[in-house]
Amino acid sequence: MGYNALRLLKEGLTGNKGWQPVWRDPAPKDAYDIVIIGGGGHGLATAYYLAREHGLRNVAVLEKGYLGGGNVGRNTTIVRANYAMPGNSEFYSHSLKLWEGLERELNYNVMHSQRGLIDLFHSDDQRDAYVRGGNAMINQGDDAVLLDRDEVRDRLPYLDFDNARFPIHGALLHPRGGTARHDAVAWGYARAADRRGVDLIQQCEVTGIDVEGGKVQGVTTTRGVIRARKVAIVTAGRSGQVAAMAGLRLPVESHVLQAFVTEGLKPIIDHVVIFGMGHFYISQSDKGGLVFGGDLDGYASYAQRGNLPTAEHVMEAAMALMPVVGQARVLRSWGGIMDMTPDGSPIIDRTGIEGLYLDCGWCYGGFKATPASGFALAHLLATDRPHDTAARFRLDRFRDGVGLMDEEGTGAQHKLH
Amino acid sequence: MRLTCPLCGERDLREFSYTGDAVLCERPAPEAGPEAWDAYLHLRENPAGVARDLWHHGAGCSAWLVVTRDTVTHAVIAVALADAP
Repeated sequence: MGYNALRLLKEGLTGNKGWQPVWRDPAPKDAYDIVIIGGGGHGLATAYYLAREHGLRNVAVLEKGYLGGGNVGRNTTIVRANYAMPGNSEFYSHSLKLWEGLERELNYNVMHSQRGLIDLFHSDDQRDAYVRGGNAMINQGDDAVLLDRDEVRDRLPYLDFDNARFPIHGALLHPRGGTARHDAVAWGYARAADRRGVDLIQQCEVTGIDVEGGKVQGVTTTRGVIRARKVAIVTAGRSGQVAAMAGLRLPVESHVLQAFVTEGLKPIIDHVVIFGMGHFYISQSDKGGLVFGGDLDGYASYAQRGNLPTAEHVMEAAMALMPVVGQARVLRSWGGIMDMTPDGSPIIDRTGIEGLYLDCGWCYGGFKATPASGFALAHLLATDRPHDTAARFRLDRFRDGVGLMDEEGTGAQHKLH
Repeated sequence: MRLTCPLCGERDLREFSYTGDAVLCERPAPEAGPEAWDAYLHLRENPAGVARDLWHHGAGCSAWLVVTRDTVTHAVIAVALADAP
């Protein structure tokens, strides 16, 4: 079924009665080659790439709620590849390349908008750090442009350049950075996976992972037992609970990250603007709302909502950076649950149980990782070898202390990221 | 969310800082081995529900506190001094 202006007009005039579901609603079969637990962005992408890249179609995605109802619908939609550390750098670079071909590949408008991401700096020392970061991005094959104060002013005239604490000295522009329509990413992957024969099974909560003799046998769900040769846990935000069904404890602590949106406004913010010193980032949605977020609330939580001190801090950062937004009214706020790992980087790996795989620990970087995470996990599931771009996302790096990926340089223990 | 410090009474959340699961109070012996230290430093139960975690009343009396609370509802169930038996 195609989407086009003529169809939209026709349906609009006839009560929208002609639209059909774009994926099936199958009952679970008794057995699959591969079961993916979690029908979010990463799980759906994994299913799609299993079918697309490896021809594996006897695959089910089990979702306890509805597709895309978790963190893929609870983020600030930013897509970027501005990492410097080996491991993260090639992975997010690969992800951005997949994003750039995604709409054509899925034949689905995910509204990927490479409007440019502007990351501000406020001192000579911070400038040096951003130059280094920009060079790392260029060396990886991505793009980075150093902007001086006037060049930032040309693009973002509404900022407070002479803030007493954080005067703006310049910025690092990542021209290929931007945003995407978060729900559409889940829907696009879902439709494409379904068309290739993957069973997307909603309202099907996994209640147990069946392991015998150190080998996974399948899962027990609210819709019966499903056998599988391989099972992947792709439930960031609930990783600990699902892994516990197989007797695993993970190096993950769950935290809430708040985000906010204002009423719809005329276009004012053309880029993604990042004010790192205030833990603040903002962009304007196509609907006109200013979408912005801050730092973690800072305590373990599964509440999907935060507390007021963090909301106040975010608003203060907004007012310090761009006083003009004070005129806008905040419509709503929400919280996503972040799998925080000790070093702030994710995990895509096998476990100690044969046939059980893990994709978790996305901290606050999961949305932009969606395509590459699915791609790498599909590769691992299909070949039992890590994909080159994700080979460093090992589960055992914390135990051994080898290959930690502490991008911020703050340490590799909980509560430091 | 507000916390009731056993020494200071009910106070604003901003006076406290969270430092992690209360497992931090159960430091292994130096020779306990890498598995025990990995468990202590990295691996977490990470419960969705009742959790015990360690907070510091930095902008108050500087006491270390073990807070029992529900991570799903943010309800605070109990606050005790970390060194209390």
